[in-house]
Amino acid sequence: MKALRDFLDKIEPDFDKGGKYESWYAIYEAVDTIFYSPGKVTAGASHVRDALEVKRVMTTVWLCAFLPMFAGMYFVGLNALQAMETVGVESIGGWRGWIFELLAVYDATSWWNCLIYGAVYFVPIYMMTFVVGGFWEVLFAMKRRHEINEGFFVTSILFALTLPATIPLWQVALGISFGVVIGKEVFGGTGKNFLNPALTGRAFLYFAYPAQMSGDAIWTAVDGFSGATALGIVAADGMAGLVNSGLTWTDAFIGNMQGSVGETSTLAIMLGMIILIFTKVASWRIILGVFLGMVAMSSLLNWIGSDTNPAFAMPFWWHFVLGGFAFGMVYMATDPVSASMTNKGKLAYGAFIGVLVVIIRVINPAFPEGMMLAILFANLTAPLIDWFVVRANVKRRIARG
Amino acid sequence: MSSMKEVLIAPLFVNNPIGLQILGICSALAVTTKMSVALVMCIALTLVTAFSNLFISLIRNQIPSSIRIIVQMTVIASLVIVVDQILGAVAYDMSKELTVFVGLIITNCIVMGRAEAFAMQNPPVLSFVDGIGNGLGYSVVLMLVATIREFLGSGSLFGYAVMPLITNGGWYNPMGMMLLPPSAFFIIGLLIWGLRAWKTEQVEEPEYEIGGHTALTRPV
Repeated sequence: MKALRDFLDKIEPDFDKGGKYESWYAIYEAVDTIFYSPGKVTAGASHVRDALEVKRVMTTVWLCAFLPMFAGMYFVGLNALQAMETVGVESIGGWRGWIFELLAVYDATSWWNCLIYGAVYFVPIYMMTFVVGGFWEVLFAMKRRHEINEGFFVTSILFALTLPATIPLWQVALGISFGVVIGKEVFGGTGKNFLNPALTGRAFLYFAYPAQMSGDAIWTAVDGFSGATALGIVAADGMAGLVNSGLTWTDAFIGNMQGSVGETSTLAIMLGMIILIFTKVASWRIILGVFLGMVAMSSLLNWIGSDTNPAFAMPFWWHFVLGGFAFGMVYMATDPVSASMTNKGKLAYGAFIGVLVVIIRVINPAFPEGMMLAILFANLTAPLIDWFVVRANVKRRIARG
Repeated sequence: MSSMKEVLIAPLFVNNPIGLQILGICSALAVTTKMSVALVMCIALTLVTAFSNLFISLIRNQIPSSIRIIVQMTVIASLVIVVDQILGAVAYDMSKELTVFVGLIITNCIVMGRAEAFAMQNPPVLSFVDGIGNGLGYSVVLMLVATIREFLGSGSLFGYAVMPLITNGGWYNPMGMMLLPPSAFFIIGLLIWGLRAWKTEQVEEPEYEIGGHTALTRPV
């Protein structure tokens, strides 16, 4: 290890200001901090001593996102392999089929086959996200002379997990480019973005290419198979339609249903949530706020009732397991940069998302799913919520005298 | 007194009404899905700005200062009505596509802004040229935005299919977002970014600088 340290120290002057690889400093810094802790510490009077720095926070979220990722890949594979039997498709063909046939067989009864099937769809999406998004991240780090931030690990996996398995890879590249550049870098990079970059990229794709981001044909990775998401069924036929479709609550909870790769398995997301809350990486206040807001709003709509809109009758335990609610609640709403900063503000911010998502899902006829739009909209109001909390605090302390 | 050439050329890039002054954004969002529509809008706005500048400059010494805005509005509104009527008579379909946006030239900040800021202080011919220049500055941005939006959103330029769409048996999957008004925001924003990277004197002073870390740092 000594040799590595010496080597890094030896080449450092080339990357410093005036060195021959000056503009590549960000890369040097990234490699150096992979192997060693940053060599600078504060030595002044006041500083916070805490082992939990940005790198560790981001890596924890990244690893926790692996839970819904593996669950998602498994269920993508399971749904697709079962659908292949129903539709009568023999093989998937193309390079995906070639890789799949090397490693597994078309048989839905083995978890290995399902996982590999999901992987041949999801891994290319993630690699595309990582390479293209990483390119922008490094480019801006070099031009603006800021560090390559680990936040991109989180952005990339969350972005990839919110996509349907069948999305064309060039759209993935466009989406993450938009998310990283417009959602984050134009405002100055990590920590200065006011929107969640992963959701910004997804929203771009959602409005730019609605045919590949919504509808019935895109969720199961089998040609010619069409299956609506549970929320789509509820929007069209109400709770009776959902019961008729044969989807049970338990199935929906463990993730055996149509949806984007990472959002289906509420169970896996809950496991990730426990780790995130236990390590204090994610704010429990935001998660609780989102959950309570959703329960309150959906119960209110249940109570009001509607003759024309069957989705009014959807109870909160179904809202909880369907669509991107759980995924958004645990991984997206808790993004520390774009959420509110104050403790009371976090609760209010969460509750706002919870209320909004039910309103969009149930009352807006255009979108059966509303988690993405609810979080992006709440991102915009997060600083305002903080401002009110701070003002209230100032008033309270003045009154105390 | 500014020279004729400067008054004509400066609004193109150096002092662009959309790029630097951020005026006239509303119509830039609304009429830029098709290049042909955008072009007609550009011509209409350039003519209105030029002639309103000319007429207001001619009577600038007779306008009482307290009611000058109303007088300016009257002149501009008359010109807009003339343009609207001509369009309706000569190019009826185009006038249908532009809907209310020709009428809304009355409220376009660029027209009012030039009348108030330039024509009220300058002689008629120079004011006329200033109106043409600002109209052209608006047109440059509008046509750029319209080109990008029509090319990516419909795969065509001036209605002529450059990239055949999948729905017509071609290969291009149109970017639906480009047909929605918000896309113009992003495009104008990126254009302004490019313009300011090119002409760095347009970059605004930061409102405040974040101070350096006050704690001492030492290498371990």
